[in-house]
Amino acid sequence: MIHLEGLTKRYKKADRNAVDGLSFDVRAGEFFALLGPNGAGKSTTISILTTTLSPTGGTATIDGHDIVREASAVRRIVGIIFQRPSLDMNLTAEENVRFHAILYGLYPYAPSYGLMPAAYREQVQSLAKLLGIADEIQKPVRTFSGGMRRKLEIVRSLMHRPKVLFLDEPTAGLDVPSRRTLWEYLTAIRRDSGTTIFLTTHYLEEAEEADTICIIDKGKVVSFGTPERIKRDLVQEYVLIDADDRAQLRQELGRLELRSDGDGPFRVHVDSRHTHAALKAIDTPLTLVRTHMPSLEDAYLEIVGTASE
Amino acid sequence: MSAILTLAHRDLIKLLRDRARIVSDFAFPLIFIGILGTSLQAGFGGATSFNLLHFVFTGVLAQTIWQSTALGVISLLMDREQDFSQEIFVSPISRYSIIFGKILGESLVAFPQFLAILIFGLILGVPFTLEKIVAMIPAALIIAVYGGAFGVLVLSRLENQRQANQIFPFVMLPQFFLAGIFNPIQNLPPFLDILTKIAPMRYAVDLIRDVYYGSGSGVPIFDLPTNLAIIGAEFAVFMVLGTAGFVRAERNR
Repeated sequence: MIHLEGLTKRYKKADRNAVDGLSFDVRAGEFFALLGPNGAGKSTTISILTTTLSPTGGTATIDGHDIVREASAVRRIVGIIFQRPSLDMNLTAEENVRFHAILYGLYPYAPSYGLMPAAYREQVQSLAKLLGIADEIQKPVRTFSGGMRRKLEIVRSLMHRPKVLFLDEPTAGLDVPSRRTLWEYLTAIRRDSGTTIFLTTHYLEEAEEADTICIIDKGKVVSFGTPERIKRDLVQEYVLIDADDRAQLRQELGRLELRSDGDGPFRVHVDSRHTHAALKAIDTPLTLVRTHMPSLEDAYLEIVGTASE
Repeated sequence: MSAILTLAHRDLIKLLRDRARIVSDFAFPLIFIGILGTSLQAGFGGATSFNLLHFVFTGVLAQTIWQSTALGVISLLMDREQDFSQEIFVSPISRYSIIFGKILGESLVAFPQFLAILIFGLILGVPFTLEKIVAMIPAALIIAVYGGAFGVLVLSRLENQRQANQIFPFVMLPQFFLAGIFNPIQNLPPFLDILTKIAPMRYAVDLIRDVYYGSGSGVPIFDLPTNLAIIGAEFAVFMVLGTAGFVRAERNR
């Protein structure tokens, strides 16, 4: 559904690429999460894929349409939930939805709700019911809660039945309960409509639900695959050992052909099943033995941590 | 076409529901006319035997409409990252529709201001005939669209809102004086004369004075056909250069 090949963007006057040769594929109907720390290039990638920004190198297609040469065709088949709120606060919920529908060419312009075609009014009423705002649909969005606004944005973005729904950090600024209901809602949408979901986030727990995770940092892919695969790639198990006589310990590690790094304490790279045998083989008296088995969260934090330094 | 009407509709209801903006949009012209116009007239009007209140009134009327649409269009720059406007930029409508919709919308926004200033003028006793009022309406629309075109040109040369705020003192403020809203711009030294002829707002002001005083009255500098021709030519140039620049700059950030 989405295909990226060496996609690159360098902003004017920037000395490094914001997006640096991204290549990956997203299958139709997939829940795809682009994960990375702030400034990794997530929003830039979404802006390029949704055609509001030109890439400086590489290509990308969505459902076979080139994002540069067929920008208008791409716009028709994607929906976007922006990082910042994209509702007009002084307009009613219905007006926000109506203007979207007209801009996407679903209905011709009419100056008021009453003058819109019956099909539109039915669609709006059923949406309002779905969101539980049948009574508030004609009220200004200003009066809605944060979670409700986000939902309204999602409902609005689905009006034109996009093949791909992009969500740019959709839960930013939401409290935990709103975040959870939003998540359940997205899952239901995907189940019912088969829409491909392309999500960016810097929260690992949100990405863990995805079919595929792509972790990027400084515009480059760091890790790509199912959450399980990412876990295998990122999570490094090792045993931390130390001795009073470090020189002898280093010699012995070399003789036993155990892969290690550090100048003491030493990180010995063995997986948990072979730890016991490895330790038994060492004769040097040890002063420290500590096994290191990070969770996916820890592994991710290590990447994010190094990126922000 | 649906898209253009929708964008214009949105701009108009955004204005009508924003009370703080309505107050600030209407306050400035009323202060200029009410305080500056009245005091100039009281102080110098007798000596010059020329009604300065009427002069300031016509100047501010044109300036308000012209500037309202120009700044409105330039605000697209900031809007792009806010509220519903983000949607506009990713929707499948053409960039040209965005520009035309915005100019139409901002012209609709300028129109209530035009009416308010007109009514204020009547209250202050600025003499009007019904024909003059009727003739003012198309003039005001021409000025609004002309200001919008100037806004598009400025917009296409800017990268962000910060730049827009920075250039304001150089692009808008000097035009207040170069356009002769409050001050006469006849018999100027050559370098100032050239500057006033460059300032686009000046033709908007002159056009309104053509309508109010009449081309032969000596108050407007150019006659009606000349002003209309210059405005038409500049409108075309601003739109072509501005729209092309905007469409290109929009994606190559």
